[in-house]
Amino acid sequence: MVSDWKQDQWPGDSGLNYRKGDVNVKIGTPKETFEGEARVAMTPESAKHLQKLGYDCVIETGAGAAAGFSDKAYKDAGVSVVKTAAALWKASDVVTKVRQPNDTEAKRLREGQLLISFFNPAANDKLMEVARAKGANVIAMEMVPRISRAQKMDALSSMANIAGYRAVIEAGNNFGRFFTGQVTAAGKVPPAKVLVIGAGVAGLAAIGTSTSLGAITYAFDVRPEVAEQVESMGAEFVFLDFEEEQADGAVTGGYAAVSSPEFREAQLAKFRELAPDIDIVICTALIPNREAPELWTPDMVEAMKPGSVIIDLAAEKGGNCKLTVMDEKIVTDNGVTIVGYTDFPSRMAAQASTLYSNNIRHMMFDLTPEKDGQVNHNMEDDVIRGATVTFDHEITFPPPPPKIAAIAAKPKETVPELTPEEKRAVEVAAFKADTKQQVGTLAIGAVVMLIIGAFAPASFMQHFIVFALACFIGFQVIWNVAHALHTPLMAVTNAISGIVILGALLQIGSSNWLVVVLATISVLIATINIVGGFMVTRRMLAMFQKS
Amino acid sequence: MSIGIVMAAYIAASVLFILSLGGLSNMEKAKRAVWYGIVGMGVAVVVTIFGPDSGNYLLLLLAIAIGAYAGFYVAGKVQMTEMPQLVAALHSFVGLAAVFIGLNAELELQTVLGMDDAARETLTGFGAVLAHKTGVEISILKVEVFLGIFIGAVTFTGSIIAFGKLAGKVDGGAKKLPGGHYLNAGALVASLILGIMFFNGAGIWTMVAVIVIAGFIGYHLIMGIGGADMPVVVSMLNSYSGWAAAAIGFTLGNDLLIVVGALVGSSGAILSYIMCKAMNRSFISVILGGFGGPSGPQMEVSGEQVAIGADGVAAALEDADSIVIIPGYGMAVAQAQQSVSELVKRLRAKGKNVRFAIHPVAGRLPGHMNVLLAEARVPYDIVLEMDEINDDFPTTDVAIVIGSNDIVNPAAQDDPNSPIAGMPVLECWKAKQVFVSKRGQGTGYSGIENPLFYKENTRMFYGDAKASLDKLLTMIE
Repeated sequence: MVSDWKQDQWPGDSGLNYRKGDVNVKIGTPKETFEGEARVAMTPESAKHLQKLGYDCVIETGAGAAAGFSDKAYKDAGVSVVKTAAALWKASDVVTKVRQPNDTEAKRLREGQLLISFFNPAANDKLMEVARAKGANVIAMEMVPRISRAQKMDALSSMANIAGYRAVIEAGNNFGRFFTGQVTAAGKVPPAKVLVIGAGVAGLAAIGTSTSLGAITYAFDVRPEVAEQVESMGAEFVFLDFEEEQADGAVTGGYAAVSSPEFREAQLAKFRELAPDIDIVICTALIPNREAPELWTPDMVEAMKPGSVIIDLAAEKGGNCKLTVMDEKIVTDNGVTIVGYTDFPSRMAAQASTLYSNNIRHMMFDLTPEKDGQVNHNMEDDVIRGATVTFDHEITFPPPPPKIAAIAAKPKETVPELTPEEKRAVEVAAFKADTKQQVGTLAIGAVVMLIIGAFAPASFMQHFIVFALACFIGFQVIWNVAHALHTPLMAVTNAISGIVILGALLQIGSSNWLVVVLATISVLIATINIVGGFMVTRRMLAMFQKS
Repeated sequence: MSIGIVMAAYIAASVLFILSLGGLSNMEKAKRAVWYGIVGMGVAVVVTIFGPDSGNYLLLLLAIAIGAYAGFYVAGKVQMTEMPQLVAALHSFVGLAAVFIGLNAELELQTVLGMDDAARETLTGFGAVLAHKTGVEISILKVEVFLGIFIGAVTFTGSIIAFGKLAGKVDGGAKKLPGGHYLNAGALVASLILGIMFFNGAGIWTMVAVIVIAGFIGYHLIMGIGGADMPVVVSMLNSYSGWAAAAIGFTLGNDLLIVVGALVGSSGAILSYIMCKAMNRSFISVILGGFGGPSGPQMEVSGEQVAIGADGVAAALEDADSIVIIPGYGMAVAQAQQSVSELVKRLRAKGKNVRFAIHPVAGRLPGHMNVLLAEARVPYDIVLEMDEINDDFPTTDVAIVIGSNDIVNPAAQDDPNSPIAGMPVLECWKAKQVFVSKRGQGTGYSGIENPLFYKENTRMFYGDAKASLDKLLTMIE
């Protein structure tokens, strides 16, 4: 599309909003300026998708190098490569980035330009003000609402997933033993015991990685409803002996809420009990817009075996363990390694860039409903509105609460918890009602039988017993027939109802010619039934097969 | 062969039949279970032929040979989509046979009663059984003959009409003669009166009259039941054919007939019950025919049906990870099951999670869709029941509705005034995207408006199901 574009042909700053109409709207990605940041917000793959939406893509030279994407790969994908960051910012109508812009970059923002990146708006009033004053619109990726529709652009989840995976790998790197237990010729190796605190996206990813490496994994979360997810990943959920309804995660937008002091005490007591046995602790507990709660106290670290490892993913917000030093790895006096890195996603730059750029392109997809290469910044859309922090010279942060409150989790049914006695009472009552009904039916049946028996002769009653029992067996047997086999069932019952042939067979030897004729016809059609029914059943059943 | 050995064989046959039905609880066991049924039937027929009460072997073997050939021919030739018709047709045979055997019993009885004692002693077979009956037993016999003939005749004409409707030879809608159910009730009373006359010795003409009247009831009853209720009708007739066999068993004093009749009768009754429950309707209301009138104005359906072409569907399928297909009668009509199977094979080869959701009343016969999909070699472990899959729709990317309508109608849940309110339905509209393959914009078999077609995430894929899918297949390799 733009492969033959040369820098000197650039028409300059037209000042138009996204240059509607005249030239294709350009999406540009500069090289990240933050030291050590290896991620990039556009990959050759995502660029192809963006071009399908009608956009042109531009990238600063070397932007993808640290993540393993060469300039050539970008060029091959139809992306134009520009030499300097300044040129890129100038050329792009939409700038996509990973980290929030630094001061130099903020100065490059201009009227009508759209910036999509992480922005940390809650603690970034100054930067937001700059963007507002410049007239740039900013979409902060961390502000994407947590609703099902927006999952595809939830960059926090993508990054958390990587962080969780990397945390386990990092722990393994610092842990001197196997994860999995082995019995070898040289002796027995016990499996590592891993405790994951906080079963959010990062926690679940860590659980999955840890169990697949073979460690015995425990997990804890203040939201008991995630126990099922934890168990589905193969870890054991650590339950507390504590009776309190935790605030439902759905109310707080899917995140954990602050817990009561009593609950915290119970939680710490449980951890204290576990600490001596645990080899690796992965802390992922974060509460939005708050300092990380202290969950792994110094005395627990003290109690751990030498060589144990703590990975604190909450380091940026002060750490779930207060001994954690941000961005550093330390070893305590008793030989416990505590890792406080905050750049786990960047340590897996290729993967992180792929996912992040996909989040961005999904965001662009929603911003381009017509697929015509024109940005339609629809502030009525819940997701776009929620993520936008400055728009048209105004600061639009914080967003109004999302209209759709709940994520997948439905509010729990408000069935009052029954005490064991009440439960028992309900069961007894149900059992009694059931008994009453059954006894009633039996009584009516018995009366009917008695009436028949009073008038009918013994020879009839003998057959009647057979009939009643056969009905009973029929009911018992047919209830177990698989739903998928109902058609074969009908064909089989059809075939065996051809048993009326017996009646005709008994009559065919009669001396009355009319009886013989009728009996012969009956034999004939009943045989059609028998043979046809069984044949067709066999044909059908032969077709059923497993994959 | 002595009577003792015959009875022993009958017991063996009864056990085999029960095992044969019980084995249908699972696909693998079912294949063995059919053989139990076949062996049971073989044993029963052989011992009866060579037992003490049979005769006229030439005629008998001839009839069996012709019947067997006809059955073999029909069963080998029938298309799987024509199963409902075949089942209905076979029911009518049982009904007719029951009528004939009942008449025979009466004819035979008259012959026997006309003989003197000496002649009676020389009788063999069924005649001998009759000859030893006391007065009360003969009265009971007459009641049984009446029941056998009545039920048999209803089954016979009812099944023929059901066959005609399913084969498209009779108009499928619900039709009633003027007078409606009163006509049926009157006919029932008339046959009861004739039955009482017969009981008091009015002669065989009363039974012939009963055949005619009961035949009318069967005809009128099934004519009055329309379209979507056909699965219930077929299983109901299945049940009737069983009861007819049981009544004949009583007449002849044959326990094997009674056992089998009762098994078949209860099987059909349970199937009818399951079908009714799946439609949230009472058995009575199905029998009385048609839908009851709506209890209030139906919810307005707003919006418009948005059409989509094969390329759009192909693109969406390409992007989807989990796909659920909901087949209905339309798939059977268009003979599209092979194309569906091919589509599924290709999608599965791409690593997508493709499954089928089967509503209990999809099609015109209980389990109809399962059989069609099995014929097209769709593995049965990806074919799921409504209860198994309904919870998965929110996590499904694409739901494809092929020729079904009422079973995916959200009005059943949302609109208390809808004729199908409260009927359990497949909640396919919860999937991210729904494609509906449908011939045109009509309301389908039951004539109920379907708000699903107007939902925002629904796209209509118009055209004959098979043609549409074949077009789709060219775009997905």
